Amino acid sequence: MQILHIMLLAFVLICAVSVSATKDLLISLVIFMSQSLAMSVIWIMLQSPDLAITEAAVGAGITSLLLFVTLKKIHAIDVQKGGRGHGEDQK
Amino acid sequence: MAKIRSDYEQSWWPRFLRWLDRGAAPLDEELQQGLEETREGHLTLSQEDAAREEQQREARIRSDLAREEHMYSRLQEWRSSRGKKLINRLYSALAIVVCLGIIWLLLETASYLPPFGYPDNPANNEVSRRYIEQGMQETGAVNIVAGMILDYRAFDTLGESNVLFIAACAVLILLRLPSASDGGVHSTARLEAEADDRMYEPKNDMILQHAATLLVPLILLFGVYVIMNGHISPGGGFSGGAIMGAGLILYLNAFGFQKTERFFTYGTFRVVSLCALSFYALSKAYSFFTGANHLPSVITPGTPGMLFSAGLIPYLNIAVGLVVCCTMYAFYTLFRKGDL
Repeated sequence: MQILHIMLLAFVLICAVSVSATKDLLISLVIFMSQSLAMSVIWIMLQSPDLAITEAAVGAGITSLLLFVTLKKIHAIDVQKGGRGHGEDQK
Repeated sequence: MAKIRSDYEQSWWPRFLRWLDRGAAPLDEELQQGLEETREGHLTLSQEDAAREEQQREARIRSDLAREEHMYSRLQEWRSSRGKKLINRLYSALAIVVCLGIIWLLLETASYLPPFGYPDNPANNEVSRRYIEQGMQETGAVNIVAGMILDYRAFDTLGESNVLFIAACAVLILLRLPSASDGGVHSTARLEAEADDRMYEPKNDMILQHAATLLVPLILLFGVYVIMNGHISPGGGFSGGAIMGAGLILYLNAFGFQKTERFFTYGTFRVVSLCALSFYALSKAYSFFTGANHLPSVITPGTPGMLFSAGLIPYLNIAVGLVVCCTMYAFYTLFRKGDL
């Protein structure tokens, strides 16, 4: 249990650092989601299931969804996917 | 007096003020001096000298302008090449310094915290003891957290729901495109948003639709379960509402706006938010009023562990869940196409 706890904490730490280090906004969002998920497992291990449910629903679900839509709104996704998207269109 | 005043005009403070007022003050002063010189020249010198001085002045202004332009172009060049690199490096250095500073500050604060789980910690005072020992009898909620946030501290939760509602209003103000009924120039922005939506969002995706048919009822049912059992098991209005909102968003992504507009429009959002928030405020005001004045209340804790027990808590959970669900869904649709 202790080892799992330390592993999860290390995972959260690595995720938190790599979110800011990643250049691609889409990838950093996915990392952010996984960080939230690991955090909710940590909440369960700290015996606060209320927080765990909220973290999973809000942190991993709704927040990332809203951030994805924001990326689409500011055209951050199409710029990064532009090359690939156009290539598929031309096929 | 006059001498003092002219001294004052020449001292550094008024010059600084003048420089603040208009950036090109020195050049203007020079011009002014030139003008005065020529005026004096007209009085004493001949026409030729005056013309020569005029030419000199013009040449001086031209050279000044050229010098300024040269400096400006050099600045631009520097800004686009070496300055950019310098500023980028400065930014990253500053970011690292600020980050390390905050880390140090937080660690320093954490070192002053009492040890984890120690019985003499300041958090273990009579308030939390009362919540833990008598919470179940007083509120009727098996889940102490629900009893705390929706009974003892119901005011805080009302504030949270209102914050969410205000956030939704702000997004509505910022992102909602004017509709046809409002009149005016609506069509281009709206059409653009719809074209944008059609281009980037999945339309009639078979895999998504089949997955959604399977998942959406389960997700919505689970959300209802989390909300309704908020006072018995972990969960509550906020998390359950977020789950239901996520289910609705999945449904919208799979089947498009035509399906969701049948049951969720701007009017629905307005009515549901208004009803839920005002129900919360009114019922809690009643309960606070009767509780504070020791009046008999119709709200009873009931049998702990039953579905409809714990007084107002299940109904407040439903209200909070509805607000959260509608707000999440409204956020998503507003971000996606600028309307509900």
